[in-house]
Amino acid sequence: MLVWSYMQFSDSVFAVRFGISRSGLESYLAEALSQGGDYADLYFEYLLTSSISLDESIVKSATQGVSMGVGIRVIAGERTGYAYSDDLSPDKIRKAAGVAAHIAAAPAKIARFDLNEGRRHNLYPVLTAPTETAFSDRVELVKRADRAARAADPRVFQVQAYYADNLRQVLVATSEGVLTLDRQPLARLGVSAIARQNGGPPQRGHAGGGGRVELDFFQHEKTPEHFAAEAVREAIVMLDAVDAPAGEMTVVLGPGWPGILLHEAVGHGLEADFNRKGVSAFSGRIGQKVASELCTVIDDGTIGSRRGSLNVDDEGHPTKRNVLIENGVLRGYLQDKLSSTLMRSESTGSGRRESYAHIPMPRMTNTFMLAGQSDPDEIVRSVPKGIYCRNFGGGQVDITSGNFVFSASESYFIEDGKLTRPVRNLTLIGNGPEALKYVSMVGNDLKLDEGVGVCGKDGQSVPVGVGIPTIKIDRMTVGGRA
Amino acid sequence: MSANHLDELAQDVIRQALAAGATDAECMISEGDEFSANVRMREIENLKEAGSRGLGLRILAGKRTGSSYTSDLSREGVAHLVKSAIELAGITTEDPHAGLPDPDEFGSVSGDLKLYSPAVAGLDTALKIETARRAECAALDFDPRIANSDGASFDSSTGRHIFANSRGFAGQYRTSYCSLSATPVARDGESMERDYWFTMARGFEGLEAPEDVGRTAARRALRRLNAVKVETRKVPVVFEPRTARSLLDNIYEAVHGMSIYRHESFLVDKLGESVASDLVTVIDDGTLPGLFGTSPFDDEGVPSRRTTVIERGVLKSYLLNTYAARKLGMKTTGNASRGITGNAGIGHGNLYLEAGVQTPEQILAAIPDGFYVTELMGFGVNIVTGDYSRGAAGLWIRNGELAFPVHEVTIAGNLIEMLRGIEAVAGDLEFRGSIAAPTIKIGEMTVGGR
Repeated sequence: MLVWSYMQFSDSVFAVRFGISRSGLESYLAEALSQGGDYADLYFEYLLTSSISLDESIVKSATQGVSMGVGIRVIAGERTGYAYSDDLSPDKIRKAAGVAAHIAAAPAKIARFDLNEGRRHNLYPVLTAPTETAFSDRVELVKRADRAARAADPRVFQVQAYYADNLRQVLVATSEGVLTLDRQPLARLGVSAIARQNGGPPQRGHAGGGGRVELDFFQHEKTPEHFAAEAVREAIVMLDAVDAPAGEMTVVLGPGWPGILLHEAVGHGLEADFNRKGVSAFSGRIGQKVASELCTVIDDGTIGSRRGSLNVDDEGHPTKRNVLIENGVLRGYLQDKLSSTLMRSESTGSGRRESYAHIPMPRMTNTFMLAGQSDPDEIVRSVPKGIYCRNFGGGQVDITSGNFVFSASESYFIEDGKLTRPVRNLTLIGNGPEALKYVSMVGNDLKLDEGVGVCGKDGQSVPVGVGIPTIKIDRMTVGGRA
Repeated sequence: MSANHLDELAQDVIRQALAAGATDAECMISEGDEFSANVRMREIENLKEAGSRGLGLRILAGKRTGSSYTSDLSREGVAHLVKSAIELAGITTEDPHAGLPDPDEFGSVSGDLKLYSPAVAGLDTALKIETARRAECAALDFDPRIANSDGASFDSSTGRHIFANSRGFAGQYRTSYCSLSATPVARDGESMERDYWFTMARGFEGLEAPEDVGRTAARRALRRLNAVKVETRKVPVVFEPRTARSLLDNIYEAVHGMSIYRHESFLVDKLGESVASDLVTVIDDGTLPGLFGTSPFDDEGVPSRRTTVIERGVLKSYLLNTYAARKLGMKTTGNASRGITGNAGIGHGNLYLEAGVQTPEQILAAIPDGFYVTELMGFGVNIVTGDYSRGAAGLWIRNGELAFPVHEVTIAGNLIEMLRGIEAVAGDLEFRGSIAAPTIKIGEMTVGGR
């Protein structure tokens, strides 16, 4: 079997196209630390992007782009200096290094940087990234999605399909001697369908997915027809939806994307920067019970081909499988370089950034709950009256109070242990350290999401994954209006 | 690069695109510098400084469109950009409505729109750090219960925007920006809450005093302490200006030309009809000097203007670019908006709800039992149906006064009924960004809690 082999520094786009050399990297690091400081790193990025959108059966837009640059960071104690340049010529890089160096105001340390290529995973052995394939093959995906959605049901009257991919090449060099390269492909396909019946209000359904995959994934595995069918199914179901109830009730979350609960309720609150500063509702709670003992929550950046996975994080550390909550007890935080140094801990491979123009922070990768023992049908049967949520839009959290919300786009009443009427849009709200204490059943059907998640923090967006088995939460506030 | 160089580059890109087979082309170039300083617990935490630029090209080959962008403005970078856009036009579909605006629509608002303060580029780094530090110190010193902070930051930027097309339009303008924000954390026993406040202006002198920003943020965090969850019930709901703005976001999405022609909005086919209480007048004005939604021309080279969206409750206009206008058989409203990448979408200028005459206190005084919303969370708004359900925090109104803090609740309704149910609009309109609204009261919504 052919696998994409590790790129050597000398073969990278940075060396070949931009003439970056090891000695150059060492001299930029020296410049960055010329005013003192404890640590410096360089993050080079060369990003190719493509996107295609279809609306009204017309391919209305197709865009390709190239962006590149280098971000230079200097850490001195708790202080960070950052500068970047989108020009990769030596004088511009050196100038940016000089700007970042201003944060440190101590005598220059004499440092030698012996750069060695670091260890990393090979989680996405993609020979040909989707970005490198013929555009006509990718256009066909949105056309297929459109045809399938329109053919699926006569009540569908609007279909939009979009496809986007990118290929990010990165190089990280640090004053601790780490030199890492990675080639990070990413692609996703999405379909949105709107249906109407008997002059009633229209309803929208949406589905999408992808990952760090080859184009073949969309042609044979998760096809445009698969996503189109799912989008149409959701729109049609919602045509008969009734107003959602309001107040505290039993909530059952279906498997997969509803794992966004974990992302909002616990994931953000466990990012180390907030905890180092003592501003998270989870600060100082390691070793305490924050969930029912049925709950074990993991953040794992090492799952093959997943949207949230990375061979190395954006600080050059290999990603890991990190246990956040084990049998209900808080075990650990997500650490990056800065917070782990200040908290005298280790990086968990969680330092991520949106681009070369952004300072890295602790972030999630793929966050999910381990499967339990219960049969999912049995979980629904155990609820006399409640709400079953199958699909969600987005979520948000206030990490200080711990309050979080997430919005259900497809949910149903549970009456006498059966799913009955579909329910219109509703928001669920809870408090992070409290909500999971009410988890009373965990299904044996862990499922990861299809691969569309984007997580925003401090104005930076990064791709992430979530997952969850079917779970029952005995008490949660549901925000409908009935 | 100097302004002239960038103008020439834009013209050169258009020439190359036409030579390569494009029937029309438009080019956008943005160039800017950004600075940011964060201070936390009275010490500098982050300092960031950099400049960047990018170039976007959209071409038409007959009725097909292709677009590309690059941050590589070298000769090879530009050649690749042109080739790429031309190639892409070969794989998109013919679209009868695609194309540049009609020739008589190009133009630019005359006069000084006060978007650029030259002094911003030369602001002393020490002054910028000190401004953030003063804001944070004012918050930390305001009350012993403010013992922690997520910091304060000062951000500034300057930019140059160039737009040109093959029909002879060429324009450029400069912008500058300063902002200051503080996010203190209040604590009382087990209760921990944070809130923020900010000020922004085109120039440093337009910012509110750092001490005012810090103290306002501190007061907002403190008043959230020891919040409770209330019982589920239907009550009048008052949105303070910061949350009332989000309803304007919802109206904007609902009058967005793309949503209209796709029938994805609860305001489809409602022009000329009453869609809101007669207290509601919504204006979009891209020409107000110094504000953040102002520009001399939109991202298709059409002059910015003032559009009445809703007048005393009656829907008067959608917000349109050339494409959406053609789809709907209307005229563009000069609301084309795009970044460096892709086709022109639709944006807003300064979109605001006109001020009423009451004071916020007068509005509250008339409410025996109700909810005053200071924060909204989540994305539970469906513009297709108007269904509305969001997480909220705020203060409970009892006998006309703000009585105690409330959190972990939801508010729900439907935008169609909510807009009709606006019973009061206060006079406290102020611009903090490009969307603004005064305090408003909605007659009844469902508050979901215990």
